[in-house]
Formats: sequence, structure tokens, C-alpha cells
Amino acid sequence: MNLARYAVRRVLLGVAQVVAVASLVFVLTEALPGDAAVVLAGDIPDEERIAQLRAALELDRPAVERWADWLAGLAHGDLGVSLVSGRPVTGVLADGLPPTLVLAGLTLLLLVPLAVGAGVIAAVRQGGPLDRALTTVTVGLYSIPEFALGVVLVAVFAVRLGWFPPTAVGAPPNLLEQPALLVLPLVVLLARPVCSISRLVRAGMVDALNSGYAAHARRLGLSPWRVRLAHALPNALAPGVQQLARTTDWLLGGVIVVESVFVIPGLGTLLNDSVSARDIPVIQALCVVFATTTVVVNLAADLGAYRLVPGSAR
Amino acid sequence: MRLDRRAFLSAAAAVALAGCASQPTGGTTSTQPRRGGRLRAAFAGGGAQESLDPHLANLFLEASRSKAMFDKLADYGTDVSIVPRLASRWESDAELSTWRITLREAAFHDGKPVRAADVLHSYARIADEKRTFRAKANLALIDLKNSRAVGDRTVEFRLKRPYAEFPNVLAAFGAYIVPEGADEFARPVGSGPFTFGSFQPGRSLLVRRNPDYWDGAPYVDELEYLIANEESARVNAVLGGQADYAHDLTPATARTHEAGGRMSIIRLSNSGMQAFAMKVDRPPFDDPQLRKAMFLLADRSQLIDSVLGGAGQVGNDLFGKDYLYYAADIPQRTPDLEQAKWLIGKAGATGLQIQLDTSAAASGFLEAASVFADQARQAGLEVSAKVGNKDTYWADVLNKGTICCYRSGAMPIETHLSQRLLTNSTTNATKWARPEFDALYDQAVASPDEARRREIYQDMQRTLHAEGGFLIWGFADWLLGTSPRLRGVANAPANTLDWARFDKVWLG
Repeated sequence: MNLARYAVRRVLLGVAQVVAVASLVFVLTEALPGDAAVVLAGDIPDEERIAQLRAALELDRPAVERWADWLAGLAHGDLGVSLVSGRPVTGVLADGLPPTLVLAGLTLLLLVPLAVGAGVIAAVRQGGPLDRALTTVTVGLYSIPEFALGVVLVAVFAVRLGWFPPTAVGAPPNLLEQPALLVLPLVVLLARPVCSISRLVRAGMVDALNSGYAAHARRLGLSPWRVRLAHALPNALAPGVQQLARTTDWLLGGVIVVESVFVIPGLGTLLNDSVSARDIPVIQALCVVFATTTVVVNLAADLGAYRLVPGSAR
Repeated sequence: MRLDRRAFLSAAAAVALAGCASQPTGGTTSTQPRRGGRLRAAFAGGGAQESLDPHLANLFLEASRSKAMFDKLADYGTDVSIVPRLASRWESDAELSTWRITLREAAFHDGKPVRAADVLHSYARIADEKRTFRAKANLALIDLKNSRAVGDRTVEFRLKRPYAEFPNVLAAFGAYIVPEGADEFARPVGSGPFTFGSFQPGRSLLVRRNPDYWDGAPYVDELEYLIANEESARVNAVLGGQADYAHDLTPATARTHEAGGRMSIIRLSNSGMQAFAMKVDRPPFDDPQLRKAMFLLADRSQLIDSVLGGAGQVGNDLFGKDYLYYAADIPQRTPDLEQAKWLIGKAGATGLQIQLDTSAAASGFLEAASVFADQARQAGLEVSAKVGNKDTYWADVLNKGTICCYRSGAMPIETHLSQRLLTNSTTNATKWARPEFDALYDQAVASPDEARRREIYQDMQRTLHAEGGFLIWGFADWLLGTSPRLRGVANAPANTLDWARFDKVWLG
């Protein structure tokens, strides 16, 4: 089986997965108590008004029919309109996407050098005060949930010391225009993956440095840093890379928490709002986006592995 | 009937109150209003689903935005009497079924005058059979087909039946006046104190000073509405200098920051009615003795202290404390556990299991349910709180269950009666349905004599106090946080004219 056929098979499977996830979410959303009409009616649950709202939103049609319509629309790239605002869902998504992309992208960008650097330094200074300090900090930091860490950071560095803005309230649509806004959210997003990945790199590095080939390289008179970086590190990275792939999935969830603490109007906030409003078209579109991201990330990882692993190993 | 004495007096009172409010709320510098600056106000919002259509306004945020860009014909004064706004006066014929409204001289932001045709278009849009705007029920009484414009600045409304409280309709939540033909609000044009600047749904709305506003141009040059759903984020935004006004704080936050000096806490007294609604049409609360027992076992001060953190005052099972027509001379109920136990025994309800419906639909509901369940247990009832879904709570408790947590914002007592306590009321959560009570209401609103109406309203309130299904235990203060430089924030109940109103405040 060549790479192209493998890729096509995986893409088709990915599409099926996305549709399955979105359909499952449709069923689950249908199972939530109340629909958009009831939620929209709020504290004036006048029955006649709810019935009218339901008719206006076409919620009185059978669920299967609405689901089929949605699938047909999806095939044409049409995600429908928001039940609550009547705006096209694509527009709603486009508004929420940039902040989330900025947060997730910058996190990944900073994560790799930070985590690898910390892991390597700890391994090189194994048992020294620096290693012990890094171990204490990473283990401690890893045990703090994102939400709690965010609240504490805001209280100390934004409200008390006034170094950074406490929230992104009133921020420009492009968060990069105000980098100070991003510092605390990024710290929260980085805190846990930096810990886990640097621990894995450290462990792999310690093993590699104690191995025969590292000793051999040293006997050949190579400089210690050349041994560490060129010979030991590549072998130490493998578990870290796997963890990084998992981190990408996790980021979407972490972003939801961070968006809520720092009031960043991205996809996470959008998902929250849409679920409380029972705005099914928006919820489904978000699921398609999240499912597609996950499928694509995993597909890329698998294709990479397919390309790298020698054919005989398969 | 000309714009009567009461309306005039309440208008005067509103002016006087605005005057009192001009004292600085937190700082010490001059009380002289200053022009200029951008005011940033943080509210909980509706996310990307938000709309600027003033007739769709549902959230507090949307109500405040609508009031910044649009006007109603009238609005609620601080005592929830009716204050004239775009309508400079109103008069009815002797039968109270034709009302003539005179518009003041005002202009929309595009320079066109506000005319009778705009009013008729706005009301027809709200009352449209095919649509579901919130104020539709309030306007249902108007016979729009037979209403007409008499010249540019006079509207003649025909009503379907005589109705003395018609000015209440003009002030109804969401009954804003939009230009004739307007049906799309991406760039809203209103007649309000601020003109549209830019809008990002779920993030911010920027509006600018309308220098030609009929009620005097705002002091601030710009006003920006910011969205922060978490209360802590709103507080932090003020503390961090990102916002000057944080809407809707908890008592705990208020206590933390009251003495800090970095944020001023403003209490809008009497903003939210807090109650338990018992359904009087089914067991066990179809027994008036048991309802009376509930009224007596409630320790209202304890509820105020533990649920509202002391930020409120006790209720007397009647809506609209201190509002126009409130029956203030009915003695305040005080807890009487012995009497309550005796009544429960007499009703054969000792040890009865009762499910109290609650949810996180409004702040304090969960706490209120657990505190009250404890109080009821001391009187021999096995009340247990059941937490429901917050998004659908109001629809869930309307017809189901026997007792639930309930709250309400400000509205005239007449509106409370007609929307919640008549046999055909659409949101009758206590299922109170009595022909003689309906008849009293019909008499009151058909009477041109204000003293007579007052008398009937007092009678109706006496009945509700003695036998009704609403156990109204308190009235919560609404808590705001403002930056020390924001001045002139008025103490007005939520949903009234001067609440969340930004054309009369300034940055010091």
C-alpha cells in the first residue's frame, strides 16, 4: 500500500468520524432539557409565545428531518444560521476562531523550546539543586488545575501588582495587537504541558546519557554538549513528541477554561454560550471544527510515522 | 386626562433623585459634571448571539444598550410610576378607550424628526402576530388597526377595552421607538442619547455622544459596552482599570471591596423581589392554612442575611415594596414558629414531604432553597430542594411542581397583577385564579378615578397577603462596582429609567 492510498483511506475515515461525532452531538443536544424556544422565552415562559418561537425556528419539525437537512447543508459547506441571532453560522465561527487560533498557536510555539530546554537542563544537572528545584516546581505546577492557576495569577500579577491586564475585556479583535494581554493566558496554558513534557524529556535524557553509546561518544572525545544534543537528545525526544500530539487535543479544552477566566471571546466561549442557548446549528458547527482538528492532527501524525518508520517494520 | 399630577410629580422626583445622585459615589473631588472621555461598562452578555434589535432586548445588557440608543414613549421612575419620555403628555377620552399621545420634539440620529408614524410602525412591529417580541403581551390591548396618526406629533391609540393604566404600556420593557420601516439593526438608528459606533457581537458595542439629544447631551464622549460573563472578570476589569462600571456583583464581592478604595460599591436598593411561589391549585398548597404556615415559618431576616449577604430588606409577601400603590399599611409578617407548627398540624401536614424546585437560574436561588428548607424542617415539614436546569427553569416551574424559587425585577404593581395573578395570565406561576379577583382588577383598570383604583389595588393586595401563593421574603439590593473616577450613578431599581443609564454620568 503506497502513501497516497493510505492517505485517501485515512481522509475518508476522518470524514466519517467527523460526521459521526456531529450526529452524536445532535442526538445529545436533542436530549438536553428544553430547546432554543424555551431558553429564548426566558423568564416569560408564555406557552403561546414558546409555540410561536418554536414554529419560527422550525423546531416543530421532526428531529430526523432537521438532522438530514443539516447533513445536506454540510455537504455543500453550508452550516446554517444561528437559531438565536439569525446570523450565518460561518460568520459566527469566523468571529470566534482568531483568538482561539492565536492562543493555541502561540502555546504550541512556546511549548516545545521551553519543555525540551527544561528537560535537558534538568537531566544534565541530574541530582543537583537546579534539577531538584525544577522537579519541585514542575510537579507542583502540574497539580494545579488551569482554572485555579488562572484565578491566582490574575489576583497576584494583574490586580495586586498591576503588571498585566487582568482580562481581555475590551481587547481589540486581533489579540496580537496587545501582547501584554496574552502573557497570563499563555502561562496558564503552558503550565501543565511544559511540566509533563519536560519530565518525559528529562527521564529519556537521563537514560540516554547513561547508555553505552553516549559513553562511547564521550570516549571518542566529543564535547559534552555535542554528546548531549546530537546523540542523547534525539532518543530522549520520542516520548515527548507523543505527549505533544496529545497536548494538541488537550489544548482545545484548556482554551475553553482560559477563555472563560480571561474573557477571551473565542471558540470556547462560543461553545459555552451556544450550549446554554440550545443553539444547535452553532454547537454542531463547533463540533465539526473540533472533530476535524483532532482528525487532521492525528492524520498528520500518522502520515508522518508512516513516512518515517521503515517499511519492514510495518 | 392630561398628563396628571402624579406623573408630573414622579418626573420631578426623578429629576430630584438624579440631582442627589450627582454626589460623588466614592471619591472626594468636585461634584461638578465634566464633559469628555470614554466610559467602559462591563456586563454579562449573550455571546455571539447578541442582537441590537431593541425589541428583542431580553438581557440586562440589552436593556441598557437599547436605552443608550433608543427611547420609549415613557419609562419607569425610581418609584416605578410612569415618567414621560418621547411622549410629552397623554390624555384619554372619558371611557378610557382612546388615548391621545403628544410627542415631544425629538430627532433620530439621521436627523429625521420622531413622528407619529414612527411610533405606529414600532408598535405594529412589536405586536406583529407572526413574531415573538417580549413587549407583545403588553401591547396586546391596543387596537392598532384603528389607531392613527393625527398630524406628525400626535398619535391616537384605540384600545380593545377601557384601560386606565395605559401609560404603563408606553413604559413596557422593550417598547422602544424605532424609525418607520426599520426592521434591521446592524447599524441602529434611534433617538437616544448615544449614536451607533461599532459592534462586535459578544465582545463590545461602542456608541458616541449624541450632541442633539432632546434630554441634554451626555457628558461622556463615548460609551463602550464590554462583555464579561464571569462576575470575577467584571470585578477584575474594574480593579485593573479596563472598565469603569461592573454590573451585577455578589454581596461577597461587595464586602471585600467596600472599604478598599479601588472600587466603589453602589447599592441599587429594592431592585429584585425574592420569593417562593406556591401553587394554590393543587395539594398541598391548595390548603390556605398550610400557605399561612409557610408565611409564618419563614425567617425573613435570616434569608436576607444568608442569601443576600445582608444586602436587602425583608418582604411582606407583596410585590413592589415602595412602588406606587404598594399596600404599605399591612403589618409586616414576623416569624411565629409555634403558630406555624400548629397550623401545619391542623392541616394534617406534619412530616409532609415537599419538593422545593430551584436552580442556578438566578443568583441566590440555591442558597435560598437550602436555607428555607432548614426553616421549614424546624416547623415539621420535610422540605427538600431539587436543583433543576438553569436554562429552562422558568418554563419548567410554570406549570409543574408545587413550590419553587422565584424572583422579579421592577414593574408597576398593575403589570405584576395582570401578567401573573389573573385567571388568564400567561405567566401565572402560583396558579392563582379567582373570578372575583379578576373582576376587581377589571374594575380598577376601568376606573378613571385614581383614588378608587388605589383602593381596589389595596383590597387585592390584602387578599394576596392573607391567602396568596407568593411568599415574598425580601427585596435584594442590586450591587454595582464602579471605578473611583465614575460619578453620578443613580440609586434606581434595576429596569427603571435611571438604572444602567449612562447619559447622566461623567468621568471625574
